[in-house]
Order: sequence, then structure tokens, then C-alpha cells
Amino acid sequence: MNTQGKSFKYPDNVDTDVIIPARYLNTPNASELALHCMEDIDADFVKNVKAGDVMVAGWNFGCGSSREHAPLVIKTCGVGCVIAKSFARIFYRNAINIGLPILECEQAAKEISAGDEVTVDFDTGVITDITTQKSYKAQPFPDFIQNIIKKGGLLNSLKEGKAND
Amino acid sequence: MGMTMTQKILASHAGLDSVVAGQLISAKLDIVLGNDITTPVAVNEFKKAGFNSVFDKDKIAIVLDHFVPNKDIKAAEQSKTCRDFACSHCVSHFYDVGKMGIEHALLPEQGVVTAGDCIIGADSHTCTYGALGAFSTGVGSTDMAAGMATGTAWFKVPSAIKFNLSGKLPSNCSGKDVILTVIGMIGVDGALYKSMEFTGEGVRDLSMDDRLCICNMAIEAGAKNGIFPVDEITLKYLEGRSERKPAVFEADADAEYERVIDIDLSKITPTVACPHLPENTRAASELHGVKIDQVVIGSCTNGRLEDMEAAYKILNGKRVADGIRVIIIPATMQILRECVERGWYTAFIDAGAVVSTPTCGPCLGGYMGILASGEKCVATTNRNFVGRMGHVDSEVYLASPHTAAASALTGYITEYKEEK
Repeated sequence: MNTQGKSFKYPDNVDTDVIIPARYLNTPNASELALHCMEDIDADFVKNVKAGDVMVAGWNFGCGSSREHAPLVIKTCGVGCVIAKSFARIFYRNAINIGLPILECEQAAKEISAGDEVTVDFDTGVITDITTQKSYKAQPFPDFIQNIIKKGGLLNSLKEGKAND
Repeated sequence: MGMTMTQKILASHAGLDSVVAGQLISAKLDIVLGNDITTPVAVNEFKKAGFNSVFDKDKIAIVLDHFVPNKDIKAAEQSKTCRDFACSHCVSHFYDVGKMGIEHALLPEQGVVTAGDCIIGADSHTCTYGALGAFSTGVGSTDMAAGMATGTAWFKVPSAIKFNLSGKLPSNCSGKDVILTVIGMIGVDGALYKSMEFTGEGVRDLSMDDRLCICNMAIEAGAKNGIFPVDEITLKYLEGRSERKPAVFEADADAEYERVIDIDLSKITPTVACPHLPENTRAASELHGVKIDQVVIGSCTNGRLEDMEAAYKILNGKRVADGIRVIIIPATMQILRECVERGWYTAFIDAGAVVSTPTCGPCLGGYMGILASGEKCVATTNRNFVGRMGHVDSEVYLASPHTAAASALTGYITEYKEEK
């Protein structure tokens, strides 16, 4: 499994209120919500993002509100992976639970520039910046979490676990 | 090796004698919580996964609080989704308009959560209940759905930072000034993935409302949970309230902490978090030049009775400054009723404030006090992110009820000083 696309670069402490402002949370409909993804800090994001693109951010990405709508709109916009120096814990959990690939890699998050063409190999955790010809190795997930991702999210993994009981 | 208080609660709920930081466990849940924003997503996931029953109707709490009374048609649809789900699964702790309050003020008040519990809630401020000596943490809607179906959740056992409190708070300070000071010290990711364990002789002089406020904002330092030891104040609070018997856990004497931070409460001063992060703290006294347009006193952080009392004491018999909109939101119906009975409601109106029924409304820029471009607000809420309370060019200054009420009277950020 992998993704390839253009990089969208963001700073430290991107909170879930800017990923999807609460004023739109009067609907659980992901495609409707996705129209407003990142609009408070990057009004052109939704216009420019294409399937497979990657978000590259600093420390503590996804801090603040626990709204699962945040990873959901990023995924719905077609983003193939979020690379950050670190993730806020509820966002981290939610991304895994809904099947949005995320990787922690300080060096990659620091060095990849906005607009670079990036590929990510999820099996090996290798991130390659095609524009600069540099490769990075992200922290691998613990086996337990890899299992949730492989099963396509928490509820699928639970269902499968039930079937095996 | 000894365990922290949090680790002990987790071990007990995982059926293990001991756990260590970093261990992945599956723990039994005492309460699974959701609100009108997060529950509809959870209901959707619950149904999609093919679950048709909840693990225990008495251990699920659904509180309509963010956008109620419904702010628009879409919000009404979301409330309806929650209502239908709660009704069809006979959820005992379902709180609709008239009964509802802001979830993190309501659940402790109603005795739904208690000491020793293991709680998840699809709301980041679920960490509030650590004040009662419970392990309580915010999760997303999928975790809520899984929790409602199975009664369990997976956790990575957290390491901890110990905050050793001593001394007594000055009378113009409250729990809010403590937690803002702490976040200013360690930063918005200073406790990422960790527990914040508050302990020390200073605890005994912190009221339950102070403790609830402090634990409420643990998430603003990135923490998994905040927690206080169970003492006489806790037990007195829980008495006659708690539906289940409280279970008391104590940290082992040889528990390991990543860091120990000493805080002398007597040195705390009125503190304000400036835009656009809760870690941008300054002394209120340094911000006197900042002119404001609005004041909000309420939220899951500071909408409790002591917060209302602080506002009353400062606003009673006075008038808010010209041009300042002051919005006061008692967090639960019981607190609202107390405000009416004690004459505080009238005093607020006479001072020129408006008083609303309980809602999260303005805190997250939902409704009931949205800011226009360029406007500034002093709020007793918990987040001052870009666009949090309205326009992306508006600004939120986080402060205590004392500072917010004193600022309402002057129209500028103002440190409250007791009148001689």
C-alpha cells in the first residue's frame, strides 16, 4: 500500500478547529463537511488537493477537539497520508480508527517543502521526496495498531475478532 | 515497580495485577459518553458495523449540549438522531433540553461518574472527571461506537507528570489560573500522551469546582488524562450523588514519574491565555491595554456554581462597560436554578449581561455569541484557536471568571482586585 502526490505544508499545533471549524458540525455528512477542510488557515486547500496528496506538518498535529470529523474530512478530500513531527493523541487514535494513514517522522516533516512530490510506502514506512531525491524512515506502528489498520479500522477489526471467537 | 494512580485504575479495569507505561491493554468501561455532535457519527458507525445492541444501557450517557436548543435545522436533525438512538436502546442517561447541561458539568453533578471509574467520552474534555479520582479520557466517535457495543476500549498505558501542589490560592485566583499557569509552563503538547497527576498538600484547599476546571483543561496540554487523589472533599461531593460506589485508588509511593513539577499555589496570579494557543499565557495585569468587545462566562471549564458566584460578586450592583456584550451561561439546569433562587440571575440582568440556558454554543463558535472580524473576547472557555469563537480574524483571551467579570466592568482586560 502506498500513496503519491503533492505536499501541503502546515505549521506546529494545527488544531481540529481549523481542520474542520465547529460552525459546520451541524451535519455528520463527510462529503458536505469536506468542502470546508482547512479553510480557516488555507482557503485554497480544497480547491487544490488531489487524491493521493500528502499533508506535512509540525508538532502536535490535530490538537484540540476530539471531533472525528477532522481525520474524516482529510481522508474524504483524498489526502493519502499525513506526515507530522507528532500527533495529538485523540487525532492519532481517530485517524487509525477510521483508516487515515498517518506517519510520525520529524526529519521528513522538517525537510519536505510545500509542493514537493512525495511518495509514502506504508509497509516499510519509507517516505520519499521525489523533488529533492531524499528518503526518510518513519516510526513504525506497534503490531496491535498495524492490525487495526490492516483490518480497515477499529470496527472492522472488532467484527473480525468476534468472528474468530 | 510502583504504579501511578492512573495506572492502578487501568490495571484494575483490565483485570491485571499491574501495568507499565507503554503497555497496550483492553479495559472495561464504566461510562461511555457522547454529545449531539459526536454521537450521530458514532451511531452511523455503530449501525454500519452491524451492531444491534449496546453492552449496558445504564453505562451509556448521551448529552445534547453543543447546539441545543437546536440552533438550526441540521442541528435539529443531529439531536433527533441521538434521541432516536437513545430511545431505541433505552439509554438511561440521556439528557435532552430541560434536563441537559454541559456534559462535563452535568455528569459529575448527577452522580453518573464516580471515583475509580474508567470512562471514555467522544468529547476531548472528558478528562474533566479525573477531578473525582477517575480515569477519564476523550476519544472519537468510532471509539464511542465500539465502547457502546463492547463495553471495552484499548489504551496505551500512559506515563505521568506529577504536579506537587503546595500553599493556598490567593482570593482573586481559581483553578483556571492554576491550569493556565501549568499550560503556560509545559506548553500545549507538554503532557502529550501522558497523565497529569495532581497531588500534594495544596490539593486540600482546592474545591471540587477548581479540580474539575483543572482536569478539564489537561487536554489543552495534550494529556491523556488529569487526575486528583480522592480525599474528604471528593467523598463529600460524591455522597448522595454517586450512583455507583466510589472506588479509591492511590498512587504507589514508588510510582515512577517522567517529571515532577512543584507548584506553590500562593504564587499563582490571575492568568490569561492570549490568542491563538492556550500556552500563550501572560499575567492579566500585563494586558490592561487590551480593549474587548465581548465577555463569555460559562462552558464545561467554568460554568459551575462557584464560577457563577465569582461573577455575581463582581457584577452585583454594577453595570458592565458601554459597548461590551456579556454572556453568562450556567452549565446545568441545576446551576441555572441556583442562580435564579439566589438572586444572581437578576443581578446579572441588572448589570447588563444576558443569561442563557446551558449550551456549549459560543465556546466552539456554534452560536450564542459569535465574534465578528477584529473583535476580541475574554472567555472563561478552554480554547483560543484561530476562528474558535467566530471569524478567523477575531481573538479569544482565556481567563478565570474573576478576570472575565472584572474585564466586563471596565471594557479592558482587567485583573480583579478585591475591594477593601
